[in-house]
Amino acid sequence: MDQPTLAPEKQLDATTVDEAIAYLRAEYADAVTLDDREGYGGVIVQSNRLVDVARAIRDDLGFDYLSSATAVDYLGAGDHLEMVYHAYRTSGGGSLVFKAQTDREQAEIPSLVPIWRGADFQEREAWDLMGIRFRGHPNLKRILMWEGFHGHPLRKDWREAYYEEDQKPFDNRWPGGQVYRVEERNVFGKNVTYPPDIDLGRLMDSSETAVYQSLGLGVDVERIMDKDGFETNELVVNMGPHHPSTHGVFRMVLTVDGETVTSLEPVMGYLHRNHEKIGERNTYLHNIPFTDRLDYISSMGNNHGYVLAVEQLMSLGRKYNPPTYRCEALRVMMVELSRIVNHLWAIGFWLNDIGAFFTPVLYFVQERERILDFFEAVAGSRMMCNYMRFGGLFGDLPERLKSVSNLTNDRVRDYNTMQFLTEMINERIPRTIDELERLLTQNEILLERSVGVGVLTREDAINYSAAGPLLRGSGVAYDIRRADPYSIYPELDFDIAVEDEGDMYARYRVRVAELRESVRILKQILPRLEATEGESIWADGKPGAYAPRVPHGEAYGRVENGKGELGYYVVSAGGRGGSANPWRYHVRAPSFINLTPMGIMSRGHKVADVVGILGSIDIVLGETDR
Amino acid sequence: MDLNLQELNQTEFPVPAELENNIAITSLSQLYNWGRRNSMWPMLFGLACCAIEMIATAASRFDFSRFGFEVMRATPRQADLMIVSGTVTKKMVVPIVRLYNQMPEPKYVLAMGACASGGGPFKEGYNVVSGMDKYLPVDVYVPGCPPTPQALLYGMIALQRKIDGQSIANGDDVPWYGVSSAEPTPVPVLGPDIIDPRQMDMIRRQAEAAAGDISSLGIRDLPAATQMVAARVAADATAVADATPVSEDALSFVLPSGGAPWAEAEDIREKRRLRALARKALRASRRATVAEEE
Repeated sequence: MDQPTLAPEKQLDATTVDEAIAYLRAEYADAVTLDDREGYGGVIVQSNRLVDVARAIRDDLGFDYLSSATAVDYLGAGDHLEMVYHAYRTSGGGSLVFKAQTDREQAEIPSLVPIWRGADFQEREAWDLMGIRFRGHPNLKRILMWEGFHGHPLRKDWREAYYEEDQKPFDNRWPGGQVYRVEERNVFGKNVTYPPDIDLGRLMDSSETAVYQSLGLGVDVERIMDKDGFETNELVVNMGPHHPSTHGVFRMVLTVDGETVTSLEPVMGYLHRNHEKIGERNTYLHNIPFTDRLDYISSMGNNHGYVLAVEQLMSLGRKYNPPTYRCEALRVMMVELSRIVNHLWAIGFWLNDIGAFFTPVLYFVQERERILDFFEAVAGSRMMCNYMRFGGLFGDLPERLKSVSNLTNDRVRDYNTMQFLTEMINERIPRTIDELERLLTQNEILLERSVGVGVLTREDAINYSAAGPLLRGSGVAYDIRRADPYSIYPELDFDIAVEDEGDMYARYRVRVAELRESVRILKQILPRLEATEGESIWADGKPGAYAPRVPHGEAYGRVENGKGELGYYVVSAGGRGGSANPWRYHVRAPSFINLTPMGIMSRGHKVADVVGILGSIDIVLGETDR
Repeated sequence: MDLNLQELNQTEFPVPAELENNIAITSLSQLYNWGRRNSMWPMLFGLACCAIEMIATAASRFDFSRFGFEVMRATPRQADLMIVSGTVTKKMVVPIVRLYNQMPEPKYVLAMGACASGGGPFKEGYNVVSGMDKYLPVDVYVPGCPPTPQALLYGMIALQRKIDGQSIANGDDVPWYGVSSAEPTPVPVLGPDIIDPRQMDMIRRQAEAAAGDISSLGIRDLPAATQMVAARVAADATAVADATPVSEDALSFVLPSGGAPWAEAEDIREKRRLRALARKALRASRRATVAEEE
């Protein structure tokens, strides 16, 4: 891997995005053209020069952070596949979007893994779901589906077994359709035909062996001489998908020498729920409850990223009113409360992983329950809030919080909402954080287990596209709320939590600091809510359209979620009047991309530490696998 | 869980009033079930969003240990209950069936949430199994997305009620006392798509029938349903063009001519029900005889 080098003599790394694009067009005139499709931005790069241009973007122009790399299938609109890359500067600012196109039949694009290691999993995903081969990729295998699966499901002409129509609402349901259930017509849920000599035994191999083969295992196990001249074998340890410490259905295949990890391969896809395929069938509004189920710990933050992306697209059209101030304040409040929930949960379960089994969690879950009660009273559901809408919200705060479904609880609840919030933000949450710090921050066992373990250097963190506490724990002060601000964050007073060490303990410290910063933000939100009391959450006083039409174009909406940068890349193929369904709906999931450096972080540590390192990254499988 | 003797003492044999707190006369089934229902050990096993609510149910506020569920075991060998908490994907159903096979009898499955019950919001997804009951026998379904902890507790209490109704004397209720060995559930195979070994015969017949038109492995063919929909949306001509029509013959293998594939199962269930009714009647008449003799 070649390291990013700065080229200060050109002074290019301080240019604006437009200047950077102008530079690229001048410097690589034969390879770079402006993307002039309606509503699109950035440049299109000839795929044979892609690696050179990408290196210039990283080294000369200083866009050192590859946030997202994803593919779009333009079947019927040019009939090509397109890779879309979003690069940012870790010093802040907007994105440089560059794209590479390829033929659908012989889809091949050079791999950008030599430039950004963070492209590794994302390119594998593009291969798996879109069928683009990446020339030069070190380990191009399926990542979400199993090896041996037939077809590349995100292609527009690939249809699932329960396919009905390309877009919802389906004709048979609405309006006044003849309702039937699709499985009544496809009883066994199959859409594959098999050869007559199908052999079960032969099929059984493909998915499992592929996992081990990539490690060079199962075929030829390496023999090692230990220090006493004893001949030993490297051992393969398989953890997951059913394992109490993998935070869900995540799987790791490790090779160990004694108890020391020599290599680690994350295996995922056990919760691949096809968000993106379903998202293309859905209307824009349909997708909001689906975003809840990505990172199911902080659903409010997921809503926020998605509505930002679609609002970006809607603002290209004529009829669009941006959200009111009260709406923005409420969004920020909900998102910060989610962040608190997320970090309490993350720290609690990380402690589980390093041996403090379940007792600390009980303390943190207590406060989480309180916040969830609030969410339930406001949005109607504890976890899957489905709260934000394009240009607004599901509803304003109720005047009083009453327990609705909570019949088994010890006492009946009825609070004044603002009083409840004031008490929670000023007293309860800070008290919980104090308690947490008192128990843990100087705790000797915790220090022993976490200091110096799972180190990720600053350079690696950037190059591997790490995000969130993982990035900031490695000394990169990159927080999207400051680096590329959205909503009302620019006017709020808070600091970016950052630690330089890059180990597990640094990540813990970052999370604790972020808890405190969130409380600081919430304290500033309260007076804003009081000042806007009575103001509508919708710009024109009434809720937005049930089925909004979104103008033609692309948008990348990103937020700083609890786990890191959550981005939504949404493409609308709307003609005149806009489209009701996204053409492409891609989720840049922090939990997924943050796993890319898992291998290098674990190497040389003990198996017991691997579990802790995974906990300190803080993944949630709904988002990892989508 | 205190042993409430008065409650347990449900036979007709009178116990002297002074011994009521010390002696209970009950049936073996009842005592046995009382023990089982209050020491259900769930498997420490989370799939998706519902797992978070399951953890919340286990935590201090809702605390399912009040009902005897507290000992969550990470190994299937020590678990009585599998709470399928979340979306079952094709990739994950393989380990799930394997885990289920490793659980000792008596074992129960609780499908938590919409996904585990029937696919839920992700049902149409290409990697999603529409419900755990496609592969495993499910005892209790808990609706919700995700179900609240209260709903999960209610589902667990429903399972306890189910256990209460089982009888050692009835071989259908407690197959683990039967003489025949229990067959493990066949583990699905990840081929070009997921393959349920129980459907192998059907697949092979279907494949042989289609062999005339299609020969190479795993050609993805549009299902019959798609064709019907596609025919209605005739405007989308390009998409329909590359769809190979499924012949009537091929379909007849999917739906055997003898009726629906589940008709046989219905039949067996009906026979069982009748047998159970007969037993119940017999017991009642015996009890009546005893009462008369007294």
